[in-house]
Amino acid sequence: MLNHADTTSAASASAQAPEKPGKASLPVTVIGGYLGAGKTTLVNHLLRQANGRRLAILVNEFGSIAIDEDLIEAEEDGLISIAGGCICCSFGNDLIGAIEDLRSVEPAPDHIVVETSGVALPGSVVASLSLIEGIRPDGIVVLVDAETVVKQARDDYIGDTITRQLSDAEIVVINKRDLISDSAAQSLALTLSDLAPNAAQIEAAFGTVFLDAVLGAVAQPSSGGTDSGGHSDRLFDSIAFTPQRRFNAPALAEQLATGALGVVRAKGHVAGDDGAIWLLQTVGRRWQAEPVDHQPHPQLVCIGPKGQLRTSDIEVLVQAD
Amino acid sequence: MTATTIYTARKIITMNPNQPVVTHVAVREGRILGAGSLAELESWGDYELDTRFADKVLMPGMIEGHAHTMEGTLWRNVYVGWFDRMDPDGKTWSGAKSIDAVIERLSSAEAALSDPDEPISGWSLDPIYMDNKRVTRQDLDRVSSTRPVGVLHASGHILNANSKALEMAGLLKPGVNHPGIPLGADGLPTGELYGPDAMTPVAGFVGYDRAMTDCDERGLLDYAKLCVRAGVTTSTDLAARLTDESVSMMLDVTSRGRFPLRVVPLRVFFGMTPEECVAYVLELKEKSTDLLRLGRIKAVADGSIQGFSARMRWPGYHNGAPNGLWYTPPEQMSELYNLALAAGVQVHTHTNGDQATQMALDVFEPAIRANPSPDHRFTIQHCQLADAAQFAKMGKLGMCVNLFANHHFYWGDEHYRLTVGPERAMRMNATRTALASNVPLAIHSDAPVTPLGPLFTAWAAVNRITASGRTQGEGEKISVDQALYAITMGAAYTLHLDGELGSIEVGKRADFAVLEDDPTAVDAMAVKDIPVWGTVQGGRIFPASEL
Repeated sequence: MLNHADTTSAASASAQAPEKPGKASLPVTVIGGYLGAGKTTLVNHLLRQANGRRLAILVNEFGSIAIDEDLIEAEEDGLISIAGGCICCSFGNDLIGAIEDLRSVEPAPDHIVVETSGVALPGSVVASLSLIEGIRPDGIVVLVDAETVVKQARDDYIGDTITRQLSDAEIVVINKRDLISDSAAQSLALTLSDLAPNAAQIEAAFGTVFLDAVLGAVAQPSSGGTDSGGHSDRLFDSIAFTPQRRFNAPALAEQLATGALGVVRAKGHVAGDDGAIWLLQTVGRRWQAEPVDHQPHPQLVCIGPKGQLRTSDIEVLVQAD
Repeated sequence: MTATTIYTARKIITMNPNQPVVTHVAVREGRILGAGSLAELESWGDYELDTRFADKVLMPGMIEGHAHTMEGTLWRNVYVGWFDRMDPDGKTWSGAKSIDAVIERLSSAEAALSDPDEPISGWSLDPIYMDNKRVTRQDLDRVSSTRPVGVLHASGHILNANSKALEMAGLLKPGVNHPGIPLGADGLPTGELYGPDAMTPVAGFVGYDRAMTDCDERGLLDYAKLCVRAGVTTSTDLAARLTDESVSMMLDVTSRGRFPLRVVPLRVFFGMTPEECVAYVLELKEKSTDLLRLGRIKAVADGSIQGFSARMRWPGYHNGAPNGLWYTPPEQMSELYNLALAAGVQVHTHTNGDQATQMALDVFEPAIRANPSPDHRFTIQHCQLADAAQFAKMGKLGMCVNLFANHHFYWGDEHYRLTVGPERAMRMNATRTALASNVPLAIHSDAPVTPLGPLFTAWAAVNRITASGRTQGEGEKISVDQALYAITMGAAYTLHLDGELGSIEVGKRADFAVLEDDPTAVDAMAVKDIPVWGTVQGGRIFPASEL
């Protein structure tokens, strides 16, 4: 397996535990960010969009689990059942134990989402998760409050917590974008490029972000088509291909992850130069490419913010001989 | 007419400034009827004169203001610490002075087990004293290659595991990539696990499961025995979860006729909103009995200095380690303080680094302005690196402090050399500055982090000797009298129990430490060596020899 991350954080660099090629593993996305950044709102939004995907949400914020009441179907022994087959529970100080407990849940979840505490360093959380068999870390999403993050990053007490969280990020969700001006947003984007050099940036208001951008694509859009995702918000595009030619797979993954193409996440299978089928995955600036045992049909899905996803350039890259 | 017993003693140190030393104390209904001369006490009427303490020295029952009853449960595991340490049954385990000695002790415990799958759990390992020699899984494989073996370090921040335990946790494989799990030349984990994240996957297999910090029934009974042996009649349990189950257990155990300890458990602020936590302890408070005092909160601001997880102000750690972690961020601490002050609930706050202390002070000041509460007695626990300005501020804000005096002895050399450097190591646990700043002072062991024993803790504050024998921080030494006050009245004050406990004075509980010698007369270096005969708790007599 080849993987790569331009990272300054040791914890972040350790996120990719080796695994057997093609082995089925449960993806875990970690959502971090300081108090008030909107993590809980985002989680509720993801649950509303889950649309058949069984999400298991693990939260570690103080106090009651703040799931919107209309989503809750039942609550028993600290486990909240949510419409559409999703579940939610609090993990206190024992994340690994909570994930072990999830193994007995029927039907098994498709994707675990961990909402960390406001002071946790998400890279460290991912490092711990990587110790669990059958778990595949799948993205570090860090939320920031567009209005306050710059001030917070300079704060004597919490500044280093904020900057360490951002340095771990693969996707930064700039929440509450509606509260700042366009020029402030431009300047914020530059600041965040420095603080979160491995991350793709997504703007959001009220934590409304296209599910697939945060958790990765599982949808199977028709070949070659684009789909304006996010439904009501229409903030994201996704583009899907059935690539016919062979690639230097790691080089393709790296190119998709540079940021120049506006890709937040990409995932799929392509035929490699060596004739093997390779699994490609990118989250922000981090990419991963590995040959797989089985022989799925080549298909690649790229997701990015509407207007930033360079669909025609990606098409040229993927389809050209 | 209720029976009155008058005890005569070689000397009675009262902590009552009106009569610091007396010869007799009268006890009725578990309380002190009076202290003074026999002639003075006879005026209360009929009595029985008890002379069993005629050659002993009595002082107020000592109060451990910061410890954890889990020390009682740990003793079921194998003690492999560097220092001699007494178990609940009074047996002193000699320090294990080499890796071989550690292995030997674990091996003899292994030989005594019949169940082939039962784990071997060691505790209190401290390789700092063995030239920092690393313990590996191969070392522990010598104890057993077929059953899991795990050894917890004295700091509580590192766990060593053998190959079997790693294998059971799925970690005995190449490619493990975690900052807390070093790999050997063979590409496999060495068996050292640093920090809770790395320890957790293995801990459950070696007897240190998720609920380790919660004391169980036998653990509480054993902890109380340790208290009697140390002259302690009241102890906090400073970070309890206080589930319904554990509160029921504690109520049951403490109500048994011969239970010798008053327990003051503080609900740790974790996993609840500040609002829920305050409401929860107010509810718990109603369940309080004489021997189980509920209704206080413990908050944790940061981590530990030797674990490099304490929050430090500039210039940070001496060895350049990155700053530590917030366990409770300023916003939550502020909310907790405001709500607790408004509800009249007391909060004890763990701070180790000086930035964590500053944060607590910074959020406390506006909270106390908004919720005037003249007798709040909010207490900063550990507070190890506070400087003079911080103590001055605490004094003005009416806060108390409970300093970790034992730390000098056990880790003072390490702090000097590695964690904070010479100057800050010398001011650590600044007992003298605290008193000079009018901050009510207690001192503590944080058992099981260091052994329970207030006389030792007093000795540590008086002499400030490190394990290597250096005096560290001459200017922060306090007198024996001040130290003895800190382990009695001082600790009582931090718990709002100074009206009931802490001195030998009419109306207070008949809680005494019974000593074989006089701590105010022996050489200051000998205070820690004074044998403890036992205790009197609520008028009930507990000789250590009969536990």
